[in-house]
Amino acid sequence: MIMDLCRENLAGMRDLLKDGEVSAVDLCRAHLNRIAERKSLNAFITIDGERAIDAARTADKRKQAGEETGLLAGLPLAVKDNICIDGQPTTCASKILDKFIPPYTATAVFNLLNAGAVIVGKTNLDEFGMGSSDEHSHFGPVKNPHDLSRTPGGSSGGSAAAVADFQVTAALGSDTGGSVRQPASFCGIVGLKPTYGAVSRYGLTAFASSFDQIGVLTRSVTDCEMVFRVICGRDEHDATSVRSIYPDDYSGDLKSAGRMRIGIPTEYFGEGLAPEVGAIVEKTIEELARDGRAIRKISLPHTKYAVAAYYIIANAEASANLARFDGVRYGTRVDSGQLSALYRESRSQGFGVEVKRRILLGTYVLSAGYRDEYYDRAQRVRTKIIGDFEDVFSSVDLLVCPTTPTTAFKLGEKLDDPLAMYLSDIYTVPASLAGLPALSVPCGTANGLPVGLQIIGPRFAESRLFSLATEIERLAGHRRTGV
Amino acid sequence: MAITPEDILHTARLANLALTAEETERFSRDLEGIMAYVDLLKQVDITDVLPATCLSQGRNVFREDRVVPSLAGDKIRRNAPDWYRGMFRVPRVIG
Amino acid sequence: MTGWDRNHADFEAVIGLEIHAQLLTESKMFCGCSTAYGAPPNTQTCPVCLGLPGALPVANRQAIEYALRFVLAVGGTVNRRNVFARKNYYYPDLPKGYQISQYDQPLGEGGTIIIIEDNTAKSIGLMRAHLEEDAGKSFHVDARAGGPATLVDLNRCGVPLLEIVSQPEIRSPYQAYLFVTKIRQLVRYLDICSGDMEKGALRCDANISVRRQRKKTLGTRTEIKNINSIRGVERALTREIDRQIDILGSGGQIEQTTLFWDDDAQDVRPMRGKEESADYRYFPDPDLPEVVIDDDWLRRAAKAIPELPNQRRDRLVHEFHIPPYDAGVLTAERPLAEYFEAVASLVDRPKSAANWVLTEVLGALREVSGNIEEFPVQPPQLAELLREIEVGNISGKIAKEVFRIMQSEGGSAREIIERRGLQQISDGDTIQLVIGQVLRAYPTECKAYRGGKKKLFGFFVGEVMARTNGKANPQKVNELLRKMLED
Repeated sequence: MIMDLCRENLAGMRDLLKDGEVSAVDLCRAHLNRIAERKSLNAFITIDGERAIDAARTADKRKQAGEETGLLAGLPLAVKDNICIDGQPTTCASKILDKFIPPYTATAVFNLLNAGAVIVGKTNLDEFGMGSSDEHSHFGPVKNPHDLSRTPGGSSGGSAAAVADFQVTAALGSDTGGSVRQPASFCGIVGLKPTYGAVSRYGLTAFASSFDQIGVLTRSVTDCEMVFRVICGRDEHDATSVRSIYPDDYSGDLKSAGRMRIGIPTEYFGEGLAPEVGAIVEKTIEELARDGRAIRKISLPHTKYAVAAYYIIANAEASANLARFDGVRYGTRVDSGQLSALYRESRSQGFGVEVKRRILLGTYVLSAGYRDEYYDRAQRVRTKIIGDFEDVFSSVDLLVCPTTPTTAFKLGEKLDDPLAMYLSDIYTVPASLAGLPALSVPCGTANGLPVGLQIIGPRFAESRLFSLATEIERLAGHRRTGV
Repeated sequence: MAITPEDILHTARLANLALTAEETERFSRDLEGIMAYVDLLKQVDITDVLPATCLSQGRNVFREDRVVPSLAGDKIRRNAPDWYRGMFRVPRVIG
Repeated sequence: MTGWDRNHADFEAVIGLEIHAQLLTESKMFCGCSTAYGAPPNTQTCPVCLGLPGALPVANRQAIEYALRFVLAVGGTVNRRNVFARKNYYYPDLPKGYQISQYDQPLGEGGTIIIIEDNTAKSIGLMRAHLEEDAGKSFHVDARAGGPATLVDLNRCGVPLLEIVSQPEIRSPYQAYLFVTKIRQLVRYLDICSGDMEKGALRCDANISVRRQRKKTLGTRTEIKNINSIRGVERALTREIDRQIDILGSGGQIEQTTLFWDDDAQDVRPMRGKEESADYRYFPDPDLPEVVIDDDWLRRAAKAIPELPNQRRDRLVHEFHIPPYDAGVLTAERPLAEYFEAVASLVDRPKSAANWVLTEVLGALREVSGNIEEFPVQPPQLAELLREIEVGNISGKIAKEVFRIMQSEGGSAREIIERRGLQQISDGDTIQLVIGQVLRAYPTECKAYRGGKKKLFGFFVGEVMARTNGKANPQKVNELLRKMLED
């Protein structure tokens, strides 16, 4: 019974709550039990059961009192541990933030709580979101529920594993270069990276400010849209967030799903794409064509430069964003008689190896003599990549491609080869560079492991993404693999 | 291009990181590999191309000049590694 | 000492100033914390100005508007497209590890400040004016805090600053003093900065080098930070010029370095702690959308600019025929200029109003070190007093007495004159009566006068004035006294 409860989607749980079949406290307990049972996956960094039960109890009381309840009233969700919640530890999976307790709540979480959601805990990640495998966590790697010897992807690997493993029904992640989409793909679930500016970044610990977006991981497209609807919108605390556009600008799109023109970027099907992944993605595209979609091959000529541009710009921004972790006002301090030593020791002992590597890379490309050659050039290449997308979106409505070149790789496989790890982001990074919405939806399996299909749209076309994803969910649902 | 351990040490100083000998060696190797890869960007013709700017495409997004309540003191103190008379304390900077 | 004087004549100083003016906003540059001075440490802070993970800056519109006002007032060029940049360095009072500033596109470029030295106007060019956020305040303490330590208060962190950078066109510490005074006057006129150097609202850093006279190449420069008073500017620069000439004069070389002005010791000393060879790694701050200044915004900013001190001085010279120096003093501060003009508009003789404001009003203010806005004798009251002089009701001397009463007790001039019977006596019969008494009282002196000792005339005038408590109309007294003595 408990397991069945956890297997429900948000929509199903809402119905059960509405009909009084279960209480929010029942739901919460069921998930907390599941989390405890599956501790070995290491999906969570902190679980605050008491606080969650309290929140669930409040939701039940409000319902009994006949008060108006929010869209997510009583539904259990998890939040990636780089997003701040007032009074709850936020570690970013880093030793440097060990024991840090934020005095404020991120806007996205605030919106979730406002909608009645019950936050059960904070999920594991690559330290500060820097990684594609969730192995770079101070709290140890997360395991893929489909194969415990494999990575769930990263950096929102804890969120993805928790959702795929039914430990929670939906989770917030954050996506800088693919950190929601890639783990969603590896874990066989739905992952949305919204348009840059659609969801407030206030309270999301910055990795690369011009890329970071809070995203949503769920097991169904409907659930994903439900959570997105709650967290999106203009926030006065984030100058890069945009006016509230949802749902008005999107609703018209829903009906036009049938007439959508779909572009297939040829650059995403070349060298490096595992044949078994390519096969299942192409099969899904054929099914869409059979269903009457207009499919067209298009070209995004600057794709091969995306990873290089991304790693320069993102790490340049990161080198400044992570300067605040200095042991002065909060976080780990390594005491020392001298200030300079305090800085260096706190940072050197507080940050893990991948974070240090990226800070060095980002500092290097901004330093005197190199800024023009690297940082500035990369920003110009970024303009070209944005231009590629603008060009194709004049003739197609959405792009469809693989989310990742391979299925989930083995833990440890790429740990010693940072460049190989970076290159695994090749299909997710371009949309990040352009600030476009992109969603990964399961489309089948290869060798028993999930394969995700990525849909990329023009700015603020999230509704279009959802309607096509729903279609793919229907076509490919039977090919999904269970945990 | 070659990235020497000296380059890495200079960069580490800018970033306030203390590196061990192994780390220095390892990071010079890693960065050299990565920088060799990003040289790929030199193939792109960027004549007359402007650098990308704020991705939200917004402009003139402001706050009005109004005071809002600040944080309560205990919320700041709680996280401070060394707090003395309402202030953050660090080793003395200027002698 | 004298040995150096000879050396001094051989050298010329080249000075550039960087002035940081705190803008008079209610809230900080990028968050809603108060900018009020003097609160207990760290009580005006929030996630944004503490640099907590996840906090984001949102720019204060008013700060940009104030900065625009300055750029327009000095005749600078406004950059229509503005980008905030991150300036990366570590310091305990810089929470984010970077300061949000402006780099390659400052809000304003160019413009000039006119200083007047020995009645000669000299124009000092401005390089740029840009917006940035202030850092917090560090207190370097010894045993009191349980050993040597630096204590950090972040209340000031994030207060909007306008950084004003001059061209290296200043040639002496005195000119530097005049420049800072002029900037202070201007920002106060514009109502964008309190100019209060004691509270750190206006701070000054200087770049300085010396070179042999008539040499074109610049010497190695040093930077002096922490100059926190107008007088300090002159003293710090004088001290540093001496030091540099001392070194060069004895064949040494100047080292490019950052110095720190110690106001207590009245000396410069080397600064430690901050990275010497800084590489700030500027790049556009992705958290802040660009600021675009359109024509409409420019027009609005221009409208908020009042008549500026130099224009006002020239106008006063023309309109009221007062000497340029006097007009300069009257327009030094906007409230004083407004006070004067209010008085001048209510009287027939504005020139005498100017004298009154310059001597009596300013004198009285100096005595109580008060400010003009709270001065008990406001323009309508002073004008009423001056009109009493103009119509001959009182003499200038009595007027000063009335003015003192108005200051200490309040009340209108007419009322005081009437209540105390201070009206001027212009009636011939009364004056003749008093003259008669005086002449009778001093028969010897009368004889002497009539015998040719004409300088005794003043003595008789004094006696008449004394017997009328100074109220007799001096012209009438002169006229009647002469007539009665000659008879």
